[in-house]
Amino acid sequence: MSDSPYLSATDMRGGYGKADILDNCTLTVNKGQIAVIVGPNGAGKSTAMKAVFGMLHLRQGRVTLDSQDITTLSPQDRVRKGMGFVPQVSNVFPSMSVEENLEMGAFIREDNIRTTMEQVFDLFPVLKDKRRQPAGELSGGQRQQVAVGRALMTQPRLLMLDEPTAGVSPIVMDELFDRIIEIARTGISILMVEQNARQALEIADIGYVLVQGANRYTDTGQALLADPEVRRTFLGG
Amino acid sequence: MSTNRQAASASIWRAPVLFAILAALFVLEGTVRNGMFSGSWNTSLAMLNMGLISAITALGVNMQWGYAGLFNVGVVGFLALGGLAPVLISTQPVEGAWQAGGTRVLIALAVAIGTLALAAQARKRLPRWRSLAVTLVLIGGFVLYRWLFDPAVTAIEANNPARHGNIGGLGLPVLLSWAVGGVFAAAAAWAVGKVALGLRSDYLAIATLGIGEIIVAVLKNEDWLARGVKNVTSIPRPVPFEIQLQRNPEFVEFAQSWGFTAAAGSGVWVKLCYMLLFLVVLLSIILLAELALKSPWGRMMRAIRDNETAAEAMGKDVKARHLQVFILGSAVIGIAGAMMITLDGLMAPVGYNPLRYTFLIWVMVIVGGSGNNWGAVLGAVLIWFLWIKAEIWGPQLIGVLTSPMPDGDLKAHLLGSAAHMRFIAMGLVLLAVLRFAPRGLVPEK
Amino acid sequence: MDILNAAVAILNFVVIPAAAYGAQLALGALGVTLIYGILRFSNFAHGDTMAFGTAVTILATWGLQALGITLGPLPTALLALPVGIAATAAMVLATDRTVYRFYRAQKAKPIILVMASVGVMFLMNGFTRLLIGVDEQRFADGERFIINVRDFREMTGLQEGLALKTTQGLTIVIAVIVVWALFWFLNRTKSGKAMRAYSDNEDLALLSGIDPEKVVRMTWIIAAALATIAGTLYGLDKAFKPFNYFQILLPIFAAAIVGGLGNPVGAIAGGFLVAFSEVAITYPWLKIAGYLFPDWQPGGLLQLLGTEYKFAVSFVILIVVLLFRPTGLFRGKSV
Repeated sequence: MSDSPYLSATDMRGGYGKADILDNCTLTVNKGQIAVIVGPNGAGKSTAMKAVFGMLHLRQGRVTLDSQDITTLSPQDRVRKGMGFVPQVSNVFPSMSVEENLEMGAFIREDNIRTTMEQVFDLFPVLKDKRRQPAGELSGGQRQQVAVGRALMTQPRLLMLDEPTAGVSPIVMDELFDRIIEIARTGISILMVEQNARQALEIADIGYVLVQGANRYTDTGQALLADPEVRRTFLGG
Repeated sequence: MSTNRQAASASIWRAPVLFAILAALFVLEGTVRNGMFSGSWNTSLAMLNMGLISAITALGVNMQWGYAGLFNVGVVGFLALGGLAPVLISTQPVEGAWQAGGTRVLIALAVAIGTLALAAQARKRLPRWRSLAVTLVLIGGFVLYRWLFDPAVTAIEANNPARHGNIGGLGLPVLLSWAVGGVFAAAAAWAVGKVALGLRSDYLAIATLGIGEIIVAVLKNEDWLARGVKNVTSIPRPVPFEIQLQRNPEFVEFAQSWGFTAAAGSGVWVKLCYMLLFLVVLLSIILLAELALKSPWGRMMRAIRDNETAAEAMGKDVKARHLQVFILGSAVIGIAGAMMITLDGLMAPVGYNPLRYTFLIWVMVIVGGSGNNWGAVLGAVLIWFLWIKAEIWGPQLIGVLTSPMPDGDLKAHLLGSAAHMRFIAMGLVLLAVLRFAPRGLVPEK
Repeated sequence: MDILNAAVAILNFVVIPAAAYGAQLALGALGVTLIYGILRFSNFAHGDTMAFGTAVTILATWGLQALGITLGPLPTALLALPVGIAATAAMVLATDRTVYRFYRAQKAKPIILVMASVGVMFLMNGFTRLLIGVDEQRFADGERFIINVRDFREMTGLQEGLALKTTQGLTIVIAVIVVWALFWFLNRTKSGKAMRAYSDNEDLALLSGIDPEKVVRMTWIIAAALATIAGTLYGLDKAFKPFNYFQILLPIFAAAIVGGLGNPVGAIAGGFLVAFSEVAITYPWLKIAGYLFPDWQPGGLLQLLGTEYKFAVSFVILIVVLLFRPTGLFRGKSV
C-alpha cells in the first residue's frame, strides 16, 4: 500500500482525433511529491495532464488514484475522488468575487468550507484583501492564485496545474513556486506541466521529459538538471 | 460510409421525384373535385403563382442563409419595401401631388440622408469635439428635415384625400418597377448590414427584426407615400384583364375549345400569363445564382460560411462579403415583393404579417434544403400549397377527430380553433426538419 | 412660466407611464439576458412565452372570478399568476427537453438555436391562439386608480391633473420585489451563484461539479416566471393582444443589448432607458411648452416622432449601441 504511488497513470495512449498524441506515456506521483512534466512544444504535456484528469478518451492505459482504478471516471467524479485541476487559461470566474470563486471551487462539498477558505487565504494573503473584488479585475499573478485557491477548495489529495506560471513575471513565478512547495509540504501531491523547465525542475521531486507523447527521460529534478544530454536538448545548454 | 453513398445515389433522383409529386398535387387540385381538392384550375394556378413568388423570396433568403449563414428576420420588411415600387413607379401620376409638395419632400429626404452622411463623416474625420459635433449635426438636420417635410406632407395628403392624398406614381411600365423594388430592398439591406454585420450572428437577426417592423409601420402610416392603410388599388397589370378577354370572341371560342367557360378560361389564361412571367424571373435568378455559386466568388462565400475564422485568417474580408450577399439576397426579396403587389393589384400594408411573410418563408427554406436553390423553390411551393390547404384540411381533420365526441363547448372550441393549428403545424415542421433532416428535402450538393 | 403645472404634466404623461413600461421591459429583458447568459442564444420565442403565460393567467383569472374570488382593490390576476407561471415553466421545460437540449449536446452554433427558438415561437403562438384566440382581452379588475385626476386637482389646486393607475403602481412595486428576489437569489444562494458561474465560464463550472442541466432548468423556470409576470403586468396596464407580445420583442431585445447581453443589471437599466426614450420621443410636448414658455407659439405638437413609430426608437437605440459599444453599456458577453 505505502510503496505504491499515490497517482499512477500507466501506458496511456490516446488523442483527440484519429492520430494518437500520447504514446505509452506513464506518469506517477507519490504522496506529497512534486512531479513536473517538461518537454518541447507539441510534446503532449498538456494532453497527458488532461488524460490523467479524464478529459481525453484513452484507447489504452490505466489510471489509479490511491490504488483505486479511476480510468473510466468523468473529470467531475475524479474531483470527488480527490483530484484538483487548474486549467492553463480561463481558470477563474471573471465576474464573480474572489470569495465566490473559492465557494464555487467547493461547490460539491456539503460541509462547512470556512476553514478551507481560511487556509487558502493563509496561503495567499493578498486574496484575503481582495476577497470582494471580481476575479477578472485582478492582476495575472493574483488570478493564478485565485485559480489555485479554487482548486484547493475541494481539499484535493492531488493537485494538477497546467502551466501555472504562463504569462506572469519572474518574480511572481518564484512566488508561485514557493506557494506550490508549501502546498506539497501539507501532504498534497502535485503534478504540473511547465514551460519554464529549469525553474520547475529545481523544485521537482520527480521530472518527466516527454517527447512526441512518450517518456524520454524520467528522474529526480536535480538529476535531470545535471544530465548534460537533457541540458543540451531541452534546457538550452 | 455506405449510408453516405446511398444518400448520394438517391439524391440524383430525389429532386426530380419530389418536383413530380409537387406537380401532381397541383394537377390534382386543378382536376379532381372532392373533399380535399377544389377541382378548379383557377384555384390551382392562383396557388401556384403565389407559390412561385414565395419561391423567389425563398431564393433570396436562401442566398443569405444558405451561402453565408446570415439570419434575416426582416423578410416581411424587404418584401413590403419591394412592394412600394409598383406604387411609386407604375401607378398613374396624381394630379397636383407633385406641385403640392413633391419637390419639398424630395429635398427633405435628401436633407435627412445628407445629415446622416455628414454625421458619419464628422465622426470619422474630426480630431476632437466629435460627439458634440455629431449631436449638433443630427439635431440641426432633424429640425431642418421636419421643417421641410411636415408642410409638404400635409399639402400632399390634402390633395384630393378621398381618392388620392398620395404622391402618386410615375406611370412607367410595371415590369420596370420589379427591378426598382429590388433596388429599394437592396438599399435598406445596405444600411442594416453596414451596422449589424461583423458582430455576433444574433445581432443581425435582431436588427433585421427591427427594420422589418419599421418598414411596415412606415407603409401603414405615411399616407402621402402609398395612402397607408387606405390602400392603393390601381396598380397596372402586365397581363390582359379577364374582362377584355371575355369580350373577345376569338378568345371565347378558344377557351371553349379547351372546355372552359369564358369566365373560367379568361381567369386561367391570365394566371398562365403571370405564371410565365414569374417563371422567367425565377429561372433567371436561379441561373444567375448558380453561376455565381460556381464562380470563384461563390467558392469563397462557401469557404467563409464553412469556416469563418479560417477564411478571415487567410485575409478574406468576411464582413464585406457578407454585406454583398446580404444586399443581393434582399434585392431578390424586394423583387418578389414588387411581383406580389403586381399580382394582387393592390397595396395593402395591413397584410404584411411577419408570421406569414418572414417566418413562413423560413420554414420554406429550411424544409427545402438550405444552401440549395432548387430545394428552396421546392420547399417554397410545397409549403405554400400545404399552408393554403391546411386552412381547409385542418378543420376537416378536426371534424373527423371530434366526430365521436358529444356536442358541447369543448368540441365547439376545438372546431373553432382549427385555424390556429396551422401555426402549431408549421412550428412542428420547422423544428422536426431542423432536428431530423437539417439538410432539408433537397440537400446541398 | 408655470413650473409646477409643467412638472405635474411631465410626471403624468411621461414619467409614470415610462416607469411602468420600463419595469415591464426590464422584466422581459431580464429573461432574455438570463437565457443568453446561460444558454448563449437570443430567444426569439420570449415574446410569445410572455403571451402564453399571460393567456394562462387570464384563464385562471376568469376561473377565480367565476368562483367569486377576487382580490378586492387589487386585480384578481395577481392571484392567478402562480398558475400562469407554473404552466409556462412546464411549457418551456418541455421545449428545452424536446428542442434545445439536443442542440446543446451537439454544441450547435448559436444561430441554429436562434432558429429553433423561431420554431418554438410558432408553437407558442399557436398554443396561445388555441387557448384564448387573437382578440384583445381586458382582464384588469379591482380599483382602477390609486390617484385619479379629479382628486389630485382638488387636493393640490393645480390646473394640471395627475393620475396613477393601480396597474402602474402595481407594476413598479412588483418589479422591485421581483428584481430584489432575483438578485438575492443570484448573489446569495448557492444555486444562484452556480448560475452566474456557469454563465461566466462554462468549462470551469463543469470542473467544479456544477450540473449544467440543473442550471439550465433553473434558468428556464426563472425566465418563465419573469416572462409571465412581465406579460401579465403589461396586459393589465395596456390590454392583452397576442400580436403585441410579438412586437414587444424588439424593445426587449434592445433593452437587453443596450445593457449588455448576459448582464442582469444592464437589462434593467436598458429597459428603463428604452422606455423613457420611447415615451419622451413620442410624447407631444406642446402642453408642457405652453406652461414653461407661455409666449411661444410653436407650429406643431412638438412631437419628435409619431406614436406609430415607437418601435423605431428602440431600433435607433439598438443601432447606436451596436455602432459605438456592441458589448452594451454594462459590458455583457463578448461580441
